[in-house]
Amino acid sequence: MTLARRDLIKAQAAAIAAAAAGIPLAAEAQPVAGGRAALEIKWSKAPCRFCGTGCGVMVGVKDDHVVATHGDTQAEVNRGLNCVKGYFLSKIMYGADRLTTPLLRKRNGVYAKDGAFEPVSWDEAFDVMAAQVKRILKEKGPTGIGMFGSGQWTIWEGYAATKLMRAGFRSNNLDPNARHCMASAAFAFMRSFGMDEPMGCYDDFEQADAFVLWGSNMAEMHPILWTRITDRRLSTPDCKVAVLSTFTNRSSDLADIPIVFKPGTDLAILNYIANHIITTGRVNKDFVREHTLFLKAQTDIGYGLRPDDPREKRAAGAKDPAATTPTDFDSYAAFVADYTLEKVAALSGVEASQLHALAELYADPKRKVVSLWTMGFNQHVRGVWANQLCYNLHLLTGKISEPGNGPFSLTGQPSACGTAREVGTFAHRLPADMLVANPAHRKHTEELWGLPEGFLNPVPGYHAVQQDRMLKDGKLNFLWVQVNNNLQAAPNSANETWRGYRNPDNFIVVSDAYPTVTAKAADLILPSAMWVEKEGAYGNAERRTAFWHQLVTPPGEARSDVWQVVEFSKRFTTDEVWPVETLAAHPQYRGKTLFQVLFRNGSVDRFPLTDIESGYACDDSQRFGFYLQKGLFEEYAAFGRGHGHDLAPFDTYHQVRGLRWPVVDGKETRWRYREGLDPYVKPGQGIRFYGRPDGRAVILTAPYEPPAESPDAEYGFWLVTGRVLEHWHSGSMTMRVPELYRAFPGARVFMNPLDARRLGINQGAEVEVISRRGLIRSRIEIRGRNRMPPGVVFVPWFDASQLINQVTLDATDPISKQTDFKKCAVKIVPVVA
Amino acid sequence: MHPLLLAALVLCVTTPLHAQVLSDTPRLSGNTPPTEAVKAVPVPPMVTNDVRQMRNYPEQPPVIPHAIEGYQLTLNTNRCLSCHARQFTTGSGAPMISVTHFMDRDGQVLTDVTPRRYFCTACHVPQADAPPLVPNTFRDSLSSGGR
Repeated sequence: MTLARRDLIKAQAAAIAAAAAGIPLAAEAQPVAGGRAALEIKWSKAPCRFCGTGCGVMVGVKDDHVVATHGDTQAEVNRGLNCVKGYFLSKIMYGADRLTTPLLRKRNGVYAKDGAFEPVSWDEAFDVMAAQVKRILKEKGPTGIGMFGSGQWTIWEGYAATKLMRAGFRSNNLDPNARHCMASAAFAFMRSFGMDEPMGCYDDFEQADAFVLWGSNMAEMHPILWTRITDRRLSTPDCKVAVLSTFTNRSSDLADIPIVFKPGTDLAILNYIANHIITTGRVNKDFVREHTLFLKAQTDIGYGLRPDDPREKRAAGAKDPAATTPTDFDSYAAFVADYTLEKVAALSGVEASQLHALAELYADPKRKVVSLWTMGFNQHVRGVWANQLCYNLHLLTGKISEPGNGPFSLTGQPSACGTAREVGTFAHRLPADMLVANPAHRKHTEELWGLPEGFLNPVPGYHAVQQDRMLKDGKLNFLWVQVNNNLQAAPNSANETWRGYRNPDNFIVVSDAYPTVTAKAADLILPSAMWVEKEGAYGNAERRTAFWHQLVTPPGEARSDVWQVVEFSKRFTTDEVWPVETLAAHPQYRGKTLFQVLFRNGSVDRFPLTDIESGYACDDSQRFGFYLQKGLFEEYAAFGRGHGHDLAPFDTYHQVRGLRWPVVDGKETRWRYREGLDPYVKPGQGIRFYGRPDGRAVILTAPYEPPAESPDAEYGFWLVTGRVLEHWHSGSMTMRVPELYRAFPGARVFMNPLDARRLGINQGAEVEVISRRGLIRSRIEIRGRNRMPPGVVFVPWFDASQLINQVTLDATDPISKQTDFKKCAVKIVPVVA
Repeated sequence: MHPLLLAALVLCVTTPLHAQVLSDTPRLSGNTPPTEAVKAVPVPPMVTNDVRQMRNYPEQPPVIPHAIEGYQLTLNTNRCLSCHARQFTTGSGAPMISVTHFMDRDGQVLTDVTPRRYFCTACHVPQADAPPLVPNTFRDSLSSGGR
């Protein structure tokens, strides 16, 4: 028999398709085999599991299995588009190594820190875990235990966790991985506007005339928002895009003004632009007079390193880094006058003509401009200042809080805003922008939580980096990690995080869907249900709250994080963990479990199972006997309603493609602080930054200060870390999707070709990346998507076999406590084969 | 199908769900111990055989079965469209971009690719010639039965 080439290809293709789909070859294509019903897929909406953009996804389910996903055409954020990660959401839950049972380190049948993982029941897991918590609470009190959560927690997971930690155990040692991600943005919003999160929204992208990316590579990290900016740029005459980065990247490919600056000098560029606006007479004087005030920052504030580091000892302002003093416009103008074009061009290494063109985008009163940033600003030892100096530009020109004009802080995680920030899972925060250290805020929280007055702990807890240091030092002895991979994500991890987790005094619990490097460093692993295996809610970067239903059953014994937290609370009574004086003064709390006080409290448990939308499962609620998610959400929403954070009723969110808060009288708010657009601005007020009592936003005076560590003769390169389009964060989901893994099958060191030649190495050569903290081995990339300037290397952190955070420095912004993952010094040493 | 992938699929189908074994793949779960710097695996070559791969579901963006190294994809140039644009497909033999790619944000059909779809590599990616790190038990809509 002879086969034509085309037939051969067809036969091969059929065989491959059949093998992949697991169907026998004999089953040739038949029209409608099994009838119409066999073709049907149940489609439901959900937000994407990955970044902070918050794209809407349609999820197709058949036989309790996700069989397809695609961009939701009705979702305003993405209108039918997804990025490559989003298009492969169907596969993220189906890595064959899903965790399906709790695993405890044991020797001779009992828990042992140096034991090997053995499967245990949930009962045994919680028994051992509760015994550890009780022991440590008795020995050290609430500061001995902690929890490390996530901007990937659903809203109710974060809310249940903050309640258990603060109201159950009286511990503020609760922090989210969002600390690594956008704490600087959150602090800057509070310092400039008195209220967290952006004033504008994504609708700005269809109305702006210019986009300025400050250290953000949206083409890879926010691809769908980039489609909206690309659409605007290519469709609109005279629309301009400026991209500032420490290396040339895919976003630069769309730029009219591509700028590569020396690491850390963005602060000087921002002050130069302010100077340019002032000296060319383009200050919006009415706006500045009516709506702003001027404050001067404390300077020389150190680098958030351990206190015995010489850099901390000699920093004169490190004691009170957040302090400010009043100043005025003239003093501010005199201060920025020092940032001349010539001086800043020399410092930043940027052509003067480019800086001037950039400054004109802001200064030109006829041009609407949106500034965008993520980790470039936030992971910065002066990240809070960088955010605030950018707000200065929008405030000086009045280009804020109106369609097409505004600063826009992007987020990297799907609920960095919705959970980490709004729910208040930071070590210093309470729900709805309230603070642990504020007595009035604690009192209000105690009332809403039904706690005795004066019960909540007034001392902020350990932030992310401090948790790892305290674990290593033996001051923090219990840590529960949920929905994040901190041994891969945390800075200087070999010296701090790893030693902290394996310190024999400590008991580490990690809840995850997969055996991550962090899970394997734990003492107890709890298997988690993920994404559409549970009912959830996320809040994206434009204040949009979006819900989804449970669509499939989780594997084995895997349970949602909210179930884990709420179920665990049953193992404690107030008599065991509350102060004796509290119980003596308020005997009605005696003899109750924390579950009864926190969740079976007449509020969280007030909605019946019959409220669950018909056609959808909710395993968590079935187990507790009430609609847990609805109860948690409605109790939480009481914090924000009437206070500028209004959320719609629970059931509404299951019907709509998300709503942007504040939601007042059923209407979402797209632009805040401006009359007619924001219901909280009263008629006649025009503009009011009502987050602050005086209704004014802050223009901050702050200088350029150098990074914590710069290259020198021995460690001659800047190391910048970050991500790639195809992998999300630590890669625990995307590396298990074969197509995404193959698209970018491992980390590598992006380097300038001239640097490689100087080192005598070529594309693909193996090198060691070495800092004063540690080293990894990797491969050189000189032809890839990131085109490095000489002296700068970039390494993504998704690859668990190349833990680049062993190399990074644990320097943080001293105000936000967020790590600078973008600037430290390394040397590159070729590996001799 | 790659023989290793086939073997892995067979393995995962025959392994009972509750026999939980922690995977030991360094790229997924770290080296042993995780702080150890071990030899970096060479970057595998990319697939360049021009054979179109079956999609996992109709909505999946097809992967790219050819080299794209050095392709210009910038404000001024889109090398991909020089073969995949409708008007060039006769000469190139390449698949035409999908009809969805002509629709703007409001669903209006345009005469050429919509600007929002201009950067092809946001969705379409080439593939390395490498077996998966771990099998994936996803099954498409034509295969019935649950997990």
